[in-house]
Amino acid sequence: MKFPIYLDYSATTPVDPRVAEKMIPYLTEQFGNPASRSHAFGWRTEEAVEDARAQVGALVNCEGKDIIWTSGATESINLALKGAAEFYKTKGKHLITVKTEHKATLDTCRELERRGFEVTYLEVQPDGLLDLNQLESAFRPDTILVSVMFVNNEIGVIQDIAAIGEMCRKRGVLFHVDAAQATGKCPIDLQALKVDLMSFSAHKTYGPKGVGALYIRRKPRVRLEAQIHGGGHERGFRSGTLATHQIVGMGEAFRLAKAEMTAESERIGALRDRLFAGVQRIEEVFVNGSLERRVPHNLNVSFNFVEGESLIMAVKDIAVSSGSACTSASLEPSYVLRALGRSDELAHSSIRFTLGRFTTAEEVDYTIRHLETKVEKLRQMSPLWEMHKDGIDLNTVQWAAH
Amino acid sequence: MAYSEKVIDHYENPRNVGSFDKSDASIGTGMVGAPACGDVMKLQIKVNEQGIIEDARFKTYGCGSAIASSSLVTEWVKGKTLADAETIRNTQIAEELSLPPVKIHCSILAEDAIKAAVADYKKRHGLDAPAVQEKKAAQG
Repeated sequence: MKFPIYLDYSATTPVDPRVAEKMIPYLTEQFGNPASRSHAFGWRTEEAVEDARAQVGALVNCEGKDIIWTSGATESINLALKGAAEFYKTKGKHLITVKTEHKATLDTCRELERRGFEVTYLEVQPDGLLDLNQLESAFRPDTILVSVMFVNNEIGVIQDIAAIGEMCRKRGVLFHVDAAQATGKCPIDLQALKVDLMSFSAHKTYGPKGVGALYIRRKPRVRLEAQIHGGGHERGFRSGTLATHQIVGMGEAFRLAKAEMTAESERIGALRDRLFAGVQRIEEVFVNGSLERRVPHNLNVSFNFVEGESLIMAVKDIAVSSGSACTSASLEPSYVLRALGRSDELAHSSIRFTLGRFTTAEEVDYTIRHLETKVEKLRQMSPLWEMHKDGIDLNTVQWAAH
Repeated sequence: MAYSEKVIDHYENPRNVGSFDKSDASIGTGMVGAPACGDVMKLQIKVNEQGIIEDARFKTYGCGSAIASSSLVTEWVKGKTLADAETIRNTQIAEELSLPPVKIHCSILAEDAIKAAVADYKKRHGLDAPAVQEKKAAQG
């Protein structure tokens, strides 16, 4: 076993060696600009770019033509939201999103609010899922766009994209889906889903960092105001010389995802269940978010009476992330866990384990043993654990906030 | 974030973890912080008849810096009079542990914990109670 054990696949994934191998020739030999129409260097890389486009499309059941390249999901989301809002602003100025979205969506919405748009941020239920009745009542006559993530990055829950799509299409409202955490983890069928815009990232699915894509529906046609100008690449939606090696990498990564998703999800799901069974042997452990509607590689749990950052420091043999943002100056617990209605203590005590392609059973077993020891050690040190063991209800304590 | 070696040492080998019986007359207990803020410190001092702190214990819920700060002050208060213990400043704690700016609040909490423990002891012995007492969290 190599240490630390990587269990943070939702932060990023390693590039699959098969992907890296495909990328390398496009750095050295096949270096042509895909936009060069006058010679073979350009023709060859253009072909590679188009093959990759088809590979990305194939994973989500759309045509290559529907896909445009970006620098990553953050850029895709910015283009989708700002581009649609600016183009359709004469139709309306209202957007709807969810409080548990990624910051790429939330911060873009904040920016749109500064530009005069109005945004409704929907609450989620305690299991992290959107209440569709709430969405129903949030629509206004001037609503132009709804943005909901497919899979939540912190708790891994899968929203009902099909149902939300139906609701939007019925009203002629555009629907954008952030699918950065969904590719290769749950099936996506853009022929069946009523989705108009979908954002993708390569590096969450064993591709390279620095490349992403945006699906833009052609029938019915979706229009966007470009955000980056300079040459009119990518059907005018996004100018800039294409990064062939990155794009080839994303294509290969998505091709592998399509080929291996079923078997891989089953294997990773079994490992996650093994991890969960082990973690449940520890007292006062709570799962954050729905276990049923969840991608197989995610486990987010709170270890009550233990603070997240110190737990992460203690479990230094494993690389995981905490729901507590104590490392930043804000000292705020995860806004996603707060949105589930989790108490501050539980939100502060959470750890996200995300398993992936290279996780082994041996690593999972080590992780369980490591956690048992370290949680026990920290609880022996925790005044809250002592009070809990003495039968004191911590909610009745008058704390001095600082 | 990178911790200093001293923080890691205190975190991995915390000094004086544990609890004294808080009803014992020689014990002063201070509990500061709040779970909602991500840290709670309980500091207990054992004071002898000469008014010297002869032992200390702590339990802390919080990040590595919070644990290290409380571990450190249990060492520092030992052998001090109550008055001397009250002169320990958060800046000294932060300097000793090389705490980064975002972790300064941990040292402030440790200073408050000492003051709260001393105040508790004084109150229980009918000695003068300083104003910091209100910072102490009520227990149970």
